[in-house]
Amino acid sequence: MINITKESEHDIFIIKVEGDVDASSSIHLDKAIRDAIEKGQKNIVIDCTGLQYISSAGLGVFMSYIQDFEDSGSKFVLFGLNAKVANVFEILGLDQLLTIVETKGQAKSLINDEI
Amino acid sequence: MMKYSLKVPCNKSKLKTIRSFVDETLGQYSISEIDLNMLVLAVDEICANLIVHSYNTSSTADCIELHIKVEENEGVTFEIVDRNNEGFNIINYKEPMLKELVKARRKGGLGLMLVKRIMDDVQFRSNGDSNICRLFKRMPLAEA
Repeated sequence: MINITKESEHDIFIIKVEGDVDASSSIHLDKAIRDAIEKGQKNIVIDCTGLQYISSAGLGVFMSYIQDFEDSGSKFVLFGLNAKVANVFEILGLDQLLTIVETKGQAKSLINDEI
Repeated sequence: MMKYSLKVPCNKSKLKTIRSFVDETLGQYSISEIDLNMLVLAVDEICANLIVHSYNTSSTADCIELHIKVEENEGVTFEIVDRNNEGFNIINYKEPMLKELVKARRKGGLGLMLVKRIMDDVQFRSNGDSNICRLFKRMPLAEA
């Protein structure tokens, strides 16, 4: 089960992902990020506080946008990963290629400092 | 030694059932949450790969069997038996570079990389009409 909600806070677009992101549900996360990019969102924050599980399908979704964000100069930050989920990002070193912080406040200030 | 088994249809919606089975089975043993999640992940990746590449995903017949063998001082062995596919040819598998996948904006290619990082031994073999993936992780496991 996956639940995705979206909200805007000033210039920041927040996508909240709850539940499990696996081979059957990662398509919904992918669509949410793609929609945000197509709408011209330049500062995207992923709220992972309710993310219980992630497999390679979910990691692959994040990985597939790294180059686009780099090319367009967009900001993309994840926050609130629990220890199990954070560990999955670390196994392959994806945590080094993405911007991951602990709290929403840190994510927002990281983006605001760079705007 | 303890053995546990599960059979499920070849359908992506059953991945959660498979994960819960591994989680509940190994949750009876003294194992950290992070280690348990990695074992659940490794099994999920193999099963997802089989299901995604399955010929007949609409079939309701059970086609994936999962066997878990726990040997207290040795570790845990998973056997994933699949009767519906061509099988995975590990000989042709070449591990991609993470940076190449990023550059190519790929979404796939990470599953088997994760499995190989997590497990101590990964073997695939074909046996007549079935394909068997055997995963082994060396770890002391005592009943909690």
